[in-house]
Amino acid sequence: MKMTTATVRHIEHMELPPRISEFRRFLRVFLSRKVVIFGSIIILALLLIAIFAPLIAPHNPTQQNLWETLQESSGKHLFGTDHLGRDVLSRIIYGSRISLAVGIVSVGIAGCFGMFLGLLAGYFGGIVDTVIMRCIDALLAIPPLVLALAIGAALGGGLGSVMISLGIALLPTYARLIRGQVLSVKQTDYIMAARVVGCSDLRIIMMHVFPNCLPPIIVLVTLNLGFAILAEAGLSFLGLGIAPPAAAWGAMVNDGYKYLLTNPILSFAPGLCIFLVVLAFNLVGDGLRDALDPRLRGTI
Amino acid sequence: MIAFIGRRLLHTIVVLVIVSFIAFSVLHLLPGDPALTMLGIEATPEQIEALREELGLNKPLVIQYVHWFVNMLQGDLGRSIFYRESVAQIIAARLPATFFLGMLALIFSVLLSIPAGVISAVRRGGFLDSLTSLIANVGVAVPVFWLGILGIYLFGLHLGWLPVYGYTSPFDDFWLSIKKAVMPVLCLSVLPLAVWTRQTRSSMLEVIREDYIRTARSKGLKERTVITRHALKNAIIPVITLLGLQVRNLVGGSVLVETVFNIPGMGRLLVNSVLGKDFPVVQGCILVIALVVALANLVVDISYGYFNPRTRNE
Repeated sequence: MKMTTATVRHIEHMELPPRISEFRRFLRVFLSRKVVIFGSIIILALLLIAIFAPLIAPHNPTQQNLWETLQESSGKHLFGTDHLGRDVLSRIIYGSRISLAVGIVSVGIAGCFGMFLGLLAGYFGGIVDTVIMRCIDALLAIPPLVLALAIGAALGGGLGSVMISLGIALLPTYARLIRGQVLSVKQTDYIMAARVVGCSDLRIIMMHVFPNCLPPIIVLVTLNLGFAILAEAGLSFLGLGIAPPAAAWGAMVNDGYKYLLTNPILSFAPGLCIFLVVLAFNLVGDGLRDALDPRLRGTI
Repeated sequence: MIAFIGRRLLHTIVVLVIVSFIAFSVLHLLPGDPALTMLGIEATPEQIEALREELGLNKPLVIQYVHWFVNMLQGDLGRSIFYRESVAQIIAARLPATFFLGMLALIFSVLLSIPAGVISAVRRGGFLDSLTSLIANVGVAVPVFWLGILGIYLFGLHLGWLPVYGYTSPFDDFWLSIKKAVMPVLCLSVLPLAVWTRQTRSSMLEVIREDYIRTARSKGLKERTVITRHALKNAIIPVITLLGLQVRNLVGGSVLVETVFNIPGMGRLLVNSVLGKDFPVVQGCILVIALVVALANLVVDISYGYFNPRTRNE
């Protein structure tokens, strides 16, 4: 049909909504809720504190001072001192490094191995799928904290062992999520088309299947960072995990527990930090989910 | 239906066999000689050799596994290194406390979370909804051991309302048992409560939009009837399927809660055995915990298949 000058003019004058990019749409939804902004600020603060810990901390976190044990909050020691005279505020500041490191590495391990297994199971199906998924089901039958306890005990404590054991404990969710995504993506026409034009399995997985699974993974990773930090705190509270002189928040809660009657802040302060950080990751995770894909609501 | 139950049962058995393999390998993941690690460096060579003999460490791994597995099927989980008693007996002695507190927490969280979820879905955006979602967010994020310590400080040490630790069987002294259970049960309930409230809310919101709800309203039924009889009945299904996950959360939580409140249950037994490298007990605990979770999942699957025949042929 030949387009007349009149219709062209008509189109030009139509009231079109201003064009916005996908990224700006994402930001608009993401930042529309106050709690999400609150969470983002806490995460940003955590990152800055962890990176610049030596500059921020007023004292050496492992320096004992037996003349100043169990002091109350004062100008010199904002959160007081613990039973060995160490400054609690400085220990909390350094503790953020352990929480963050364990969170990032264990979620990294869980994500890489879990996604790999999920991709294999979902893409190849059949016996590969059955074997992988039954093992995942078995891991899911054991509570993550219990699994991490057992593996951590077998590996023999320490930072690396906590990271690996939490990584294994968190892995099943990734495998399941990715498998489900792969199964639904596999049915689509563009995967069929890719196969028709002769793409290899590896190319189809890496170039077509994987990118389509990314939004839910980003959300899961954020939520899992919170969970991993909470679980690490639980493990170090139980006395499994990071070796004593280093400051881990969970262990600090346990150390302070003995002095609850006289110095409750020893337990309260590190516990509050764990709570705020985990809350922040959860709030941001929920915000990301709503901004990336509202359909995911309720599935993650 | 029978074929469906059979399939689910087979699935559960396969999962448990794999769990037994995981539990078995915990001991053998240990770097070095497991017997030496468990007994410590003060042990004499004779003691180490005796333990190696007892655990069958001198035989090939496959034989060890088969031997251990066959014993396990007969209820023999081996002997504890620390208590010098049968693992099955030790666990049986610790199980009631964990079971009692876990059941109370489960009942409490169901009774509270479903009404809370329904109300916040019906009054979406209102004050109660905001309050519920705040509590649900806090419930997922709060470290239960810290919450327990806060409770001990406030209700135990400061106000003196509740005992701060320990466990009493309800058959010995019912009133004291309940008083001691209040704080542990509340701590255990926090996570299941948050999870179930969220799920009830989102599943109610979905159902309320359905055509049959509009039909029910337009034929003049009272709003209360529409919500409880028509909406909730359908919305509750995805909530029930979370039971297995909730049992898993409760067992995971009991490890921390029993440590904080000094309760002689399975959670604390597991922690102490891990710290003391008493691996036969650790293996036994993992098996029992996985068995409970797997059975909960089996019950959920079967009832799901019963109520919703479409899911029988997956």
